[in-house]
Amino acid sequence: MTWRHQSNRWRRFDDWDNRPLRLDLFSKDDPSNGFTAWHGENDPTPSLTIKNRLVTAMDSVSVDRFDMIDTFIARYHIDVDIAEEAMAMSSDEIARMLVDINVPREQLTRLAHGMTPAKLADVVARLSAVELTFAYAKMRPREMPGNQGHVTNAKDDPLQLAADAAVAVALGFDEIETTMRASRNSWSNALACCVGAAVGRAGVLFQCSSEEAEELEIGMKGFTSYAETVSVYGTEGAFIDGDDTPWSKAWLTSAYASRGIKMRCTSGAAAELLMGFHEAKSLLYLEARCLCMQRGMGAQGTQNGGIDGAPLASTIPGGVRELLAENLLAVWLDLECASGNDARHSESEIRVGAKITPYLLAGSDLICSGFGTILKYDNSFNPSSFNGEELEDFLVLQRDFEADGGLRSVEESSMLALRQRAVDALEAVFDAMGLAVPTSTMKQSVVVASGSNETETFSVGDVGRISSAIQQKGITILDVIKVLHQRGFRDEAENLLFLLRLKLSGDFLQTSALIRDQKVLSAVNRPNQYLGPGTGYRVSAERLSELAQIRGELDKDAVISGQAVHAASEAKKISYRDLGDYIPSSEPKEVVVAISPAFGTRLFQTLAGHSLADVLRCLGEGIEAEGMAMRVIRCWHSADTSFLGLTAARLSGSGIGIGIQAKGTAVIHKRGRLPHNNLELFSNAPITSREHYQRLGANAAIYARGDWPEPVIVTNQGEALGARFHARVALIYAIETAMLVADRHPQQVAITFLESSNV
Amino acid sequence: MSNNRKSYPLSENHADELRASNGFHLDDLTIENILNDKVTMADIQIAPETLSHQAEIAGAAKRYPLADNFWRAAEMTSLPNELIMEIYEMLRPGRALDRSSLDACAERLRNDFGAEKLALFLQEAAEIYTRHGVFSKRF
Repeated sequence: MTWRHQSNRWRRFDDWDNRPLRLDLFSKDDPSNGFTAWHGENDPTPSLTIKNRLVTAMDSVSVDRFDMIDTFIARYHIDVDIAEEAMAMSSDEIARMLVDINVPREQLTRLAHGMTPAKLADVVARLSAVELTFAYAKMRPREMPGNQGHVTNAKDDPLQLAADAAVAVALGFDEIETTMRASRNSWSNALACCVGAAVGRAGVLFQCSSEEAEELEIGMKGFTSYAETVSVYGTEGAFIDGDDTPWSKAWLTSAYASRGIKMRCTSGAAAELLMGFHEAKSLLYLEARCLCMQRGMGAQGTQNGGIDGAPLASTIPGGVRELLAENLLAVWLDLECASGNDARHSESEIRVGAKITPYLLAGSDLICSGFGTILKYDNSFNPSSFNGEELEDFLVLQRDFEADGGLRSVEESSMLALRQRAVDALEAVFDAMGLAVPTSTMKQSVVVASGSNETETFSVGDVGRISSAIQQKGITILDVIKVLHQRGFRDEAENLLFLLRLKLSGDFLQTSALIRDQKVLSAVNRPNQYLGPGTGYRVSAERLSELAQIRGELDKDAVISGQAVHAASEAKKISYRDLGDYIPSSEPKEVVVAISPAFGTRLFQTLAGHSLADVLRCLGEGIEAEGMAMRVIRCWHSADTSFLGLTAARLSGSGIGIGIQAKGTAVIHKRGRLPHNNLELFSNAPITSREHYQRLGANAAIYARGDWPEPVIVTNQGEALGARFHARVALIYAIETAMLVADRHPQQVAITFLESSNV
Repeated sequence: MSNNRKSYPLSENHADELRASNGFHLDDLTIENILNDKVTMADIQIAPETLSHQAEIAGAAKRYPLADNFWRAAEMTSLPNELIMEIYEMLRPGRALDRSSLDACAERLRNDFGAEKLALFLQEAAEIYTRHGVFSKRF
């Protein structure tokens, strides 16, 4: 035994240690310290007492011991006309109703309005992950799903914000959200994204996440159309530390509506745990309190599902199921739900993909409440589950499941012009308002850049000055519209005006409102009415074909033209001359090689990219090195590797033959064996090298001699060869099978190599 | 009440009736008027009547707390931005040191703006804050 084999642990653990998953932390369930999804040490038993239409006790706490949150929920959430009926029902029965396609959504939202936080939590905790997903699909308020994207960058660069906002709009996001690295840059961020989001389409809602008061102020200047960072916490301690009370937040809620601005609250598992005020209560129960409060405040919706607490919640056993459960609570209460999937909960791409799947399948008002439209390092909220890097992965998941995640592909050829337009529009506003003058280098660097590491642009100090100037000059959305129109950006001016006009109607203040094709779609006019197969949201044929579009799709023409590129160079390397029907020989010192119909006629390269002339040359060199001769035949009755090989063997004087397809798959066969019981198979053409073909030839010759060689093993590194090649394989093989002539005898082929081999 | 749901969206079904809170007509909210400086921020302030209409729509959809919020918002349309921000600040923990400033604000909303719902809301906050010690100073 050598030192290489000394170890005090099974080395698989080393492999596991090195996976990204192991960067994640996992915490023990600890109900007395708040680390529990479902069963906090101090979680109350559901209960409700009402006297004279007033709540006198709730969830095992009497009114004289209510904290502010209890008081708010008792006054504003509990519907005393429903409460007695709802609280008397068994949690099991209600849980079953949530997944019953025969129970309409309205019946369930009505009951929820009479239930206490502990009762609501008790019901959803009874559902498995798949039941939660199904119930979510049934209970989400709006018929069609939507999505929201983050537009931020590490430099708070307004030029890049404008360009990236325009891209987010093109990708189909219904809402875009920005925030800053330096809080003083908020006005600059707001203006830049507002202009960028007006490029290409009207009606994309925009928010600038900022300090509570400042966010409202920016909204009052008309730059933003919605707000989301009205945070709510499930314990009084966390609430006060968050510098608010349920009453101050309810005031803000009305304030946004009074200015025609859509608004939702934010809450989510583990916020209280992070803030140190968990009261030894479970994630789910505390979130149930948050959601009852939000409904009571009159918010139309919520952003929940962990949000900033998602990474912590996900360290706890069942934490990811809990996130689903709290999203279900939101929609069951009839709140719009922007269902989290923002703060990346794991370094494992498998965990990230698994986490998004229920939401993609069930649909959600806003699947992510912030999808990172920009690169991870540019995300000023922190990296999202999905970011600029993984955007195409999400598009493909939509395509795989034919599930509408709200996004669409963008045309490579149109992106530079789109980004240029957004940057030019912002430059026009900056210039007219005397805010800044970007150089052409700055603009160009932003237009082509994938992320801010590649840009030469405003310094952080410049941005601060721009931002202060926007605020101090009192610039409003009306100024922006005017300038854009005057400077030739008429579509953009019209798009911004469209939203202003819509604000006067208040239509997008209603639950789950978004804007598509210049129409407001909300839970009022487009409610989710799912009642089983054939009902609710169905992906239209038009949308299906949009989901199917992904960059670089293959088809037969692409494969043929890809091969045809090599026809000329192959013609310089080799010539094939048919010599008529092949007559079986009795020459013992030969190996017959059977090639497929398209080999060198329609197809010219193996899947590994080797020239077929080179492959044949390698086979011949191997055969000859072991003292045998290669004879080549072309089969027309079959293109199957096994039958090619067996035909070659049957016709070979030595009884040994090689079958090879144009894509490079090869076999060594022997006369008398069953078709699929060959001597050696080279099935992984994409990783079969020329050396392998040479050794294949040599081994065939050794078998022909009557000896047993070491079989050639084509080793792989675990590549998903099926994913990488099978679509091409199927198209190529169809070219072969289309050329078959069932009754045509194998033809003898004379091979002439026309130039010296470089093997 | 079902008629209320049918009137939604107002932007499609009642566009000709939509006005800003100062009476500015939606039809006048045009590019031409913006270019000629004939539109001010006040002209794009949603009207209390519109919010009341949305409150009825929300109520018809059985979203009563949302409707109540729209009713409060309707009253709030006449409050200047600064006053809204000032009261918000006052409602944050430890800003007001006793209930008198909230009560005074409530009176002002009632008397100067006819905002009865908002006044009651502030008085309720004052009562709750007193009971739960929210008026204590935070440093």
